[in-house]
Amino acid sequence: MRAFDRKLLRDLSTMRSQAIAIAFVVLAGVATYVAMRNVMVSLERTLDDYYREYRFADGFATVRRAPESVRERLAEIPGVSAIETRVTAPVNLEVPGFDEPVAGLLVSVPEDEQPLLNRLFIREGRLVRAGREDEVLLNETFAQAHELRPGSELTAIVNGKRRVLTVVGIALTPEHLLQVQPGTLFPDPERYGVLWMGRRALAAAYDMEGAFNDVAFSLTPGASLDDVLERVDLILDPYGGVGAYGRDVQPSHWAISEEFRGLRTSSTTLPIVFLAVAAFLLNIVVSRLITLQREQVGVLKAFGYSSGAVGLHYVKMVLVMALAGAAAGIVVGLWLGALMGDLYLEYYRFPALEYQASVPVIVTAVGLTTGAAVLGVLGAVRRAVRLSPAIAMRPAPPPLYRRTLLERLGLEGALDQPSRMILRNLERQPVRSLLTVVGIASSCAILIMGMFFSDSIEDVLRVEYGVAQREDLNVTFVGPTSTAAIQELRALRGVRWAEPTRAAPVRLRHEHREYDTAIQGVPPGAYLRQVIDTDLQPIPIPPEGIVLTERLAEILRAAPGDEILVEVREGARRTRNVPVAAITQQYVGMAAYMELSRLNRMVGNGQAVSGALLLTDSRAEEALTQALRERPQVASTVSQERMIASFRETMDRSMLTMTLILTLFAGVIAFGVVYNAARISLSERDRELASLRVLGLTRAEISFILLGELALLTLVALPVGFLLGSIASAGLVQAFQTDMYRFPLVLSRKVFGIAAAVVIGSTLVSAVIVRRKLDRLDLVGVLKTRE
Amino acid sequence: MPAEAVFQARGVTKIYEMGEVKVHALRGVDLELYAGELVVLLGASGSGKSTLLNILGGLDTATSGTVLYRGTDLTRADDRALTHYRRHHVGFVFQFYNLIPSLTARENVAIVTEIADDPMLPATALELVGLGERLDHFPAQLSGGEQQRVAIARAIAKRPEVLLCDEPTGALDSETGVVVLDALERVNRELGTTTAVITHNVVQAGIAERIIHLRDGLITRVEINPRRTPAQELTW
Repeated sequence: MRAFDRKLLRDLSTMRSQAIAIAFVVLAGVATYVAMRNVMVSLERTLDDYYREYRFADGFATVRRAPESVRERLAEIPGVSAIETRVTAPVNLEVPGFDEPVAGLLVSVPEDEQPLLNRLFIREGRLVRAGREDEVLLNETFAQAHELRPGSELTAIVNGKRRVLTVVGIALTPEHLLQVQPGTLFPDPERYGVLWMGRRALAAAYDMEGAFNDVAFSLTPGASLDDVLERVDLILDPYGGVGAYGRDVQPSHWAISEEFRGLRTSSTTLPIVFLAVAAFLLNIVVSRLITLQREQVGVLKAFGYSSGAVGLHYVKMVLVMALAGAAAGIVVGLWLGALMGDLYLEYYRFPALEYQASVPVIVTAVGLTTGAAVLGVLGAVRRAVRLSPAIAMRPAPPPLYRRTLLERLGLEGALDQPSRMILRNLERQPVRSLLTVVGIASSCAILIMGMFFSDSIEDVLRVEYGVAQREDLNVTFVGPTSTAAIQELRALRGVRWAEPTRAAPVRLRHEHREYDTAIQGVPPGAYLRQVIDTDLQPIPIPPEGIVLTERLAEILRAAPGDEILVEVREGARRTRNVPVAAITQQYVGMAAYMELSRLNRMVGNGQAVSGALLLTDSRAEEALTQALRERPQVASTVSQERMIASFRETMDRSMLTMTLILTLFAGVIAFGVVYNAARISLSERDRELASLRVLGLTRAEISFILLGELALLTLVALPVGFLLGSIASAGLVQAFQTDMYRFPLVLSRKVFGIAAAVVIGSTLVSAVIVRRKLDRLDLVGVLKTRE
Repeated sequence: MPAEAVFQARGVTKIYEMGEVKVHALRGVDLELYAGELVVLLGASGSGKSTLLNILGGLDTATSGTVLYRGTDLTRADDRALTHYRRHHVGFVFQFYNLIPSLTARENVAIVTEIADDPMLPATALELVGLGERLDHFPAQLSGGEQQRVAIARAIAKRPEVLLCDEPTGALDSETGVVVLDALERVNRELGTTTAVITHNVVQAGIAERIIHLRDGLITRVEINPRRTPAQELTW
């Protein structure tokens, strides 16, 4: 090996603790980026493949009852490539050993064969057979939640009659990747599941022989979805069509798209910020490290090594650290990514996750970190080789010190000599001091970014389920029902209070913008459902006009006073102009509100209700559950508690797993930076400090000079880090807004406290290590070889 | 006296700007160095001798004037040309050795021989300065005199045409200093390398063929030394 390269290895080994710290910074940045990006890339690819292989339909439509012959007419629509007619029915279930209400959706499948569209992946068991009326396939998550296997039995209340069904298979389908019960926002596999039943058996049970009430279709490449939807509506309208819709608003796909959007944001923004911070810190650390080598650069140049050769030497040195960190980062990142992939697979239920290492992701991560390192080196080397070797070999000329600002302000009496040294040193190198502050501050900021989210989520829960939605149980009726149903519910044992709800599906239009949602009817003086203003204060429901959530108002570009066009999509399908009365704050979901009787007048089918909100007595819960299940007009009941639990689960999945990793790596980066700052300061000033020791200063006194500077920089960096972290978190919150959620920016003292503690902890540990080095300072050795 | 001039300097000045102060290190120096001779540049601290040596060695550039090395003007050379010049023609010895601490004696020499055209073996160079036994010691394991002899070995291993030494004994006691000067003398004699040694010590000047006196950035006197004293007989 050449002596030049041997120098490289020995130098690396001498500064190994710093090299390792640098490698760890790179590792943290690369691992975060590789893990998160890879999971996202893999998830998206898996989803695409799954949709394609299992023929997820492009459009859907629901009708009351259409004869099978209509199918031919639908198939003739230009642009339609395949049609699958089906019978579907919401159903209440009784699962052995589970006392709470369980709802399900029965979907018909052809006997003995796969459907044309929305095919089933059979995890276990088989398809339903012709002539067996009681056979069903269960969705895997539902089956697992209740430990049901092929051969298990469960009871369904089918069209008012109890029927015992036998499980013959466990299946998955792209149509119900996420099974979200209508009226809720999050999956709850214990209480809601999809079941597949033979077409003939299901049609017979619901009087749908030779007919269908649901249709799915796929398009030929290049066909216009809107044109097809329009034609489908025209054909189905006479049969009670409720409006065909595309895949984009299909509940499972919509939910998964929203979740993927959140994931994509967190898996792109956060790791990029991490990688950028790691790269920035690497740049600073490396450039200081090389600046220290100024004299050796001079010697090498004096021997006749060219500036290029010297530059390459240091580039190699730093590349060893950066590439070692990057390699470890890739390994850790791939491993973490696979781990996260398994977590997601547990939830999303693809037949299998196609987890692949994405080459562009890895190349980006490695390129960015090593690029930053090399740039850091080149900057420092360029400064060093620009000097003539004679100058470079000499220690840098004593810099021009000045009295510090504090001293010039006449406060010098307040400072002893060591404090003066600290301040002058900081003032002498303002750029370097600033960069160190920014470095420590950015590691503090990414800590905050990694952690703030759980507080935002708690705030969402507090507002959504503490202020706005106060019920214990949310009951949905099979269809619009008379208000007498509320009186009946109030009379049930276990019900302390009941209020009506009414949801009417609508399309809202303002200028050329439109949005499909449901208007919620709120009775005047409602207690259980509060409409809250943008200051999170409950406001009474306005007697006239419509209340829009902030996000919906943004989408429609509508403000209070504007008139919007409401197209009701049920009953007589009326169209009305309604003024916007107020804007409401809502973190989850996106709805519109109207006074209940006003809504009913607009829809035009009398004083109807579509559900009820209940306050319940927990002691009578079981009896109430049983009573509700036996009422035929009750389609489903959802408990508030469950809602909160599944909200938390969803959040944990999409955000908190990531933030845990981020926090960990932010800690690593913080330590790497502070430690290197301390070590480099030591190397830069060992001569000066040794001279002071020779002059009779104690170890504690010289430690104060060096570590006092570090402490001062850290203290200055903390508020800067808080500020940077808050700004970055605000940006993240903005990026996370989807149609499904919006998150408030809540930064608790706890988050700042932990971030500060990690940074201060890193400083203390670094200080202890540096202090031990100071105690071993070789006084004679340091002074001997230099003028 | 050999007639061939290796260096020819005319009107060389050097001004350093140290922060807000301008230091006139050289104020117009004319000088010749001849092939194979051993000269001593003698002067007090601040007389400009180090600056002159650095300019001759291509470590620094003159503010004005010309320095010809075998007809090539070093003051007009760019960094690339100066690098080439140092790599192939000049050997340096510094007061503070400037060894690479992470390399052994042999490797410290090798780092220069690896980029030279016709070097001697590192071990041969070290034997020439009497360090054949300490090839694999690190700088920290060597005494000051030994470190300086490693530096000399490193400077001569590429068989340079000129050897420039800046206070080579400045950090050493007299006994060790003699050993170092003896090594320089031997190199000059056996390899015929043109050698310039800086010192402020009048006694050491006795080893030179010519003694160039500097003061305040000017050459005040060039003295020809008819009776050279062998280094081993010097005491100070």
